[in-house]
Amino acid sequence: MANIVLNSVSRTFQREGKDFLALDNVSFTCHEHEFVAVVGPSGCGKTTCMRMAAGLEFPDSGSVTVGGKVVNAPGPDRAVVFQQFALFPWKTVHDNILFGLRSMGVAKAEAAERIATNLKLMNLEGYESAYPHQLSGGMQQRVAIARAYVLNPDVLLMDEPFGALDAQTRTVMQEELLRVGRANPRTVMFITHAVDEAVYLADRVVVMTRRPGAIKEIIDIKPIRDAENWQQYERIEDVMDLASFVHLRTRIWRLLREQHNPGDH
Amino acid sequence: MGEKLDRNQLIWLSAMGLLIFFGLWTLAAWVELAPRKFLPLPWEVVERGLGLVTKPFSGQTLQGHLGASIERYLRGFVLAALIGVPLGLLMGWYRLLDHIVTPLFDSLRFIAPIAWVPFAALWFGTGIGGPTMIIFAGAFPPCLINAYRGARFVEKKYIEAAQVYGASGPRVVYEVLLPASLPSIIAGLRIGAGAGWQSLIGAELIAANTGIGLMMVRGQGALDTSIVMVGMIAVGVFGLIVDVALRGVESWVNRKQGR
Repeated sequence: MANIVLNSVSRTFQREGKDFLALDNVSFTCHEHEFVAVVGPSGCGKTTCMRMAAGLEFPDSGSVTVGGKVVNAPGPDRAVVFQQFALFPWKTVHDNILFGLRSMGVAKAEAAERIATNLKLMNLEGYESAYPHQLSGGMQQRVAIARAYVLNPDVLLMDEPFGALDAQTRTVMQEELLRVGRANPRTVMFITHAVDEAVYLADRVVVMTRRPGAIKEIIDIKPIRDAENWQQYERIEDVMDLASFVHLRTRIWRLLREQHNPGDH
Repeated sequence: MGEKLDRNQLIWLSAMGLLIFFGLWTLAAWVELAPRKFLPLPWEVVERGLGLVTKPFSGQTLQGHLGASIERYLRGFVLAALIGVPLGLLMGWYRLLDHIVTPLFDSLRFIAPIAWVPFAALWFGTGIGGPTMIIFAGAFPPCLINAYRGARFVEKKYIEAAQVYGASGPRVVYEVLLPASLPSIIAGLRIGAGAGWQSLIGAELIAANTGIGLMMVRGQGALDTSIVMVGMIAVGVFGLIVDVALRGVESWVNRKQGR
C-alpha cells in the first residue's frame, strides 16, 4: 500500500549559529490514492515535509514512512515535481522524460511507448527534441510532470509546482492535473501556499502554522466535494463560484490569518 | 562605460591598437633606441620570417619548428585534459577522493612547470616524454581545478532531481556534473591551454633539439634578434588561434544550454 505517514516528525535547522525549530511534532497521513494538499505561510516547513517523504531530508525525531517502509534515500518510486522544475537544461524534452525510466531499467520499446503516452497526456507532442530553455514556463512544468508520471510512481510529491507560472497557465495546469488525477488516481502530497488551489485539487488539506511549523488543522474536502458534485463542472472558475467552495476557502483563510501575528513578518 | 560597441567599431579599435604598437616599434627602431642589430624594424622581422619558411635554421624551417612544438603541445595538453577533467569531476562528487587528492595537489600546483625541467629531462628524456611532462605540469592544474569547482557548485536542484529519478553515482557524474560544469570545464581548458603552451616554450628554451623555443634560443645565440622575434610572433599567433577556437566551443556550449 502506497501511503505516506509522517509520525511525530520534528526537525531543527541551524541558522546563523542558532537552533531553529522548523517542524514541531508533525503527524499526518496521505492514504493510498489520496490527494493531500499542505498549505501554510512561507517558512512553515511544508516543503520540508515533502522533502522528507522524498528522502532528500531526514527528521531529527519521529519517522517518515512510505508504503510502510522508513524513507532513507530518494528513489523513483516517489517521483518529485520541483517548484523550479529542475529539468536538465542540457537534455531534450525526450531525454529528460527518459531519465527515470533508464534508472528503472525499463525496456526500450516500453519506454518509448510510455513517453509517447505522457507527451500526449501533457500536450507536448512535437516538442520531443526541444531543449527546456526553448519552452515556456508552463510547458517546462508539463515536461517536469511528464517526467514524474512516466514512471507510474505509487507516490507523487509536488512542491508548489505551479508557483512559478502566470495565472492563466496555472489555471490550465490545475484543470489538467485534476483531469489526469481522476483518470489515474495516485497518492499525492501537494505543497502550496495558494488556498484556492488546495481546495480545488485536494481530498484533504493540511493547514500548517509557522514558527515552529506545526499542524493547525486538517480539513476534509472530499465529502463536501462529492456531496456538492463539483465534478460536474469542467472549469475551475465554476467550481470556485460554488458556495461550498467559498465556504471551505474562507475557513482555511481564517485558520491562516488567526496565526498571523501583526509584529511578525 | 555602459555604451555598447558594434562590430565595426570593435574591429577599428583593435586595428588601432595594432597600428599604435607597430608605429611605436618602428619609431623606437628608427631612432635606434637600442642598436638596430638588437631592435630590428618590423618589416625586417617579417622578411626574416618569410625567409625561414624556405630556408632551414637549426635543422628546421619555421613551420618545421612550429610543427614540432605543436605536436608536443597537443600530446601534453590532451593528456592533462583527459586526466584533469575526469579527476576533477570525480573529486567534486566523491568526498573521499577529494580528501585524498586535494592536499597533495594544492602543494604541487605552486611549483612552476619550468622547475620540473631538469627532472623531466632526466626521467623522460628530451625527446617526447620530457616536454610532454612540462606541458602537462602547466596545463593540468587549471583543467582539474575548474572541473572540480564546476562539479562542486552545480545547482543542488539538478543533483536532487537526478537522485529522485534514481541515478547512480557514476550517472550523476556523467549526466549531471559533467554537462552542468561544462562552461567551467571549458574555461579551465582555455587557461590550461595557455599555461601549457607557455610552459612548452619555456621548456624548449632549456632542453630540446627542435621547436620554436629552441629556434629562439639559437637565434639569440647567433645574435639574430629577428629570429627571436619571429619565434615570439609565431608563439603569440598560435596561442591566439587555440584560444579563439576554445572560445568558439565555449559559446557553442553556452548557446546549446541556453545560458
